Amino acid sequence: MATDILMPALSPTMTEGKLARWLKNEGDKVSAGDVIAEIETDKATMEVEAVDEGILGRILVQEGVEGVAVNTPIAILVEEGEDVPAASSGQTPAIAASAAEPVAAASAPAPSAKAASPKESSERIFVSPLAKRMAKERGIALGTLNGTGPNGRILKRDVEKGGNAAPAAAKPVPAAPIAVEGDITRVPNSTMRKVIARRLTESKTQVPHFYVSVDIELDALLALRSKLNATAEENSFKLSVNDMMIKAVGLALKKVPGLNVQFTDSETLHFENVDISMAVSIPEGLITPIIRNADLKSLREISREAKDLAKRARAGKLKPEEFQGGTFSISNMGMFGVRDFAAIINPPQAGILAIASGEKRAVIRGDQLAIATVMTATLSVDHRAVDGALGAQWLNALRDIVQNPYTLVV
Amino acid sequence: MSDTFDLIVVGGGPGGYVAALRASQLGMSVAIVESTHFGGVCLNWGCIPTKALLRSSEIHHLLHDLNTFGFSAENISFDLPKIVARSRGIARRMGGGIAHLLKKAKVTTFDGRAKLAGRAGEAHKISITKDGAEVAIIKSPNVILATGARGRQLPGLETDGKLIWGAREAMTPTELPKRLLVIGSGAIGIEFASFYRNMGSEVTIAEVADRILIAEDPEISAAARKAFEKQGMKIITGAKVGPLQKGENEVSTTIESSSGTVDLTVDRVICAVGIVGNVEDLGLEGTKVQVDRTHIITDGFCRTAEPGIYAIGDVAGAPWLAHKASHEGILCVEKIAGRSPQPLHALNIPGCTYSRPQIASVGLSEEKAIASGHKVRVGRFPFMANGKAVAMGETEGMVKTVFDATTGELLGAHMIGAEVTEMIQGYVIARTSELTEAELIETVFPHPTISETMHEATLAAFDGPLHI
Repeated sequence: MATDILMPALSPTMTEGKLARWLKNEGDKVSAGDVIAEIETDKATMEVEAVDEGILGRILVQEGVEGVAVNTPIAILVEEGEDVPAASSGQTPAIAASAAEPVAAASAPAPSAKAASPKESSERIFVSPLAKRMAKERGIALGTLNGTGPNGRILKRDVEKGGNAAPAAAKPVPAAPIAVEGDITRVPNSTMRKVIARRLTESKTQVPHFYVSVDIELDALLALRSKLNATAEENSFKLSVNDMMIKAVGLALKKVPGLNVQFTDSETLHFENVDISMAVSIPEGLITPIIRNADLKSLREISREAKDLAKRARAGKLKPEEFQGGTFSISNMGMFGVRDFAAIINPPQAGILAIASGEKRAVIRGDQLAIATVMTATLSVDHRAVDGALGAQWLNALRDIVQNPYTLVV
Repeated sequence: MSDTFDLIVVGGGPGGYVAALRASQLGMSVAIVESTHFGGVCLNWGCIPTKALLRSSEIHHLLHDLNTFGFSAENISFDLPKIVARSRGIARRMGGGIAHLLKKAKVTTFDGRAKLAGRAGEAHKISITKDGAEVAIIKSPNVILATGARGRQLPGLETDGKLIWGAREAMTPTELPKRLLVIGSGAIGIEFASFYRNMGSEVTIAEVADRILIAEDPEISAAARKAFEKQGMKIITGAKVGPLQKGENEVSTTIESSSGTVDLTVDRVICAVGIVGNVEDLGLEGTKVQVDRTHIITDGFCRTAEPGIYAIGDVAGAPWLAHKASHEGILCVEKIAGRSPQPLHALNIPGCTYSRPQIASVGLSEEKAIASGHKVRVGRFPFMANGKAVAMGETEGMVKTVFDATTGELLGAHMIGAEVTEMIQGYVIARTSELTEAELIETVFPHPTISETMHEATLAAFDGPLHI
């Protein structure tokens, strides 16, 4: 029976898109999983896969047509030997095509965080329909929940437990039963633990990391921070060094955009938007909520957003789109008094900046010994997409911004 | 033969024998001790033989309604001993089936009564006696108590086997009582009332609570009462039954209720006023096992307070249902085997009453759902508007669904009418799988079936039903 292939929604917010290219012609045989077309949205170009097999009987929306609404029939799939209807019946069961990984195209400007998110969600999560709905209503990401049902299925009780988790709970409280045998305590891995393990292993084994470190003097930035905070009326804001570093990294990525990229086998994606993922440690592991367009936002906005995201991250109440995606990451361990460390890239991003503690160190100015507050920042980069010189250049740009911090407020 | 097993099961009813079979499947060496007959009350004196009787009474009812279906027949009669014999034969046959299953599973069976007799190291010792003499002592680190329950005897209402019947006497009548008083309107009382009424007895039901079938949603209780009264039963709720005056072959009593005092003389009385757990002579005194009002206290995995001793089924408390016992048997054994079973969720255990009309339910009643803080959406659909029910001549019935208005969770489903005991599993699957109204609405129900009322009752709670 003839079935309609519908314009897919490539992201939760997509309402329409451009049919960029047909990769199959009328009369071509298609199997489930074949890429049949490319769709462009304002954010990305995505491949459309067939979810059923048959013959591409008729193309209803030609290449280059813009503003095709989601769920509009774009083609008709027929069985072999079947007559091809002239138009969509509108009544035949429709098969929505599925979106594959984002594909790069020279014309594809800025794949957004959302477009890059399928990787994050590719870990299959078993969840009951009721638990799924309750988690959505409460804004709890399923990945943060520990399923206690059959085969680790997430059930209503798991959402209720997750949703009530007090943000202040400092100690990890494993929800799953813990088996104690002799000196070993066995704690079943949560879904989040598994995702972290899989993604970081993937990163360390498949992404050739290289590291560049630089010492950055913080005194000017700290002075500016004090002045700015002094102007805050009735605690209307209180900037942290981290807030200022998010903005500085955003500006550096704008200045040296070669690091705001993503490597794929065939192409390198260059992102227009600067969406910064900030690593937040939570009892179950860590999560990376995103400050979008960090280069364009004011320090005050970044500060408010970062506080809100971190708070909700610890309460397990982030929405998927708030932590999936991002174009570059920051991991800040300044509060732990560490001198320096190197972070693992958060795939599919190409870079992550590891920020250590600011501390008073001896520095040499001219031929004089002086004291300055210095912080070591280490950049980890995907060498497939970025070469060493560019990494160094970017770090220098960052140092310039931090050491001359007025650009942060101008 | 070794006297040490991986597991000893005490009691061969639907809890015990299923636990033994599952343990054998998981590779354990298993012994089961049964004093009377495999299959327990369920198979021998409960679920199965009563279903056989009720089937006969349904046929009797249909034979008296032949005209509706275009038949005529004269001199319709029945042979009660034959009806009872069929019921007993079925019970025997099923019991034999269990003995065969246990043998096939290489479960060692012991004929006798089991009693905990202290420990031998890590293991619990079980002493088995037959006719007062010890016949064996066996040992195992794991003992499942599945001794079941028996009808509760209330002072003044004790069964005597002749005029005052318990379930056993009620399912082996030699002649049909012309007038019958049933005390208690739980599933057991109602099923006997329905059987005898359909066979032609004058039946009075006395229930102490303010409605019959107290475990059901009040709306279903009311519908059931209406249906039974239409069939000619007398139902007295809020009833206080006075002393039973036994005559030669009849019983007189006075029943007080808010609607006045009734003097009643009947041929037989069936007493179905709940059950008590069989916790006596099990040797529990020497253990940490806790007993509360004749029931052993257990946790979600059927563990008692004494390590290595488990209890399942009726002896471990309500609901007193064979399928609850079997399910507990399985999860208890899986826990012992180190697997990760899910604890039993009481609200996902369906309850069925095989009267005419049948009654079935799962989850919370509307009033309990509201009382526990849910904002509810309720759907109802009558059998009257269902094609198959009309074609079958079974228009008496309804389905009621209770959903959480916010999450769409199916909180409860309540059904009365033909075949509802066969249909309730659909809602049980929905509850166990945590489906919401969306999945139920998406489901294609076959037409024409009475099960379409389940779909409509869901639609009724949300978008509105289509066929009414």
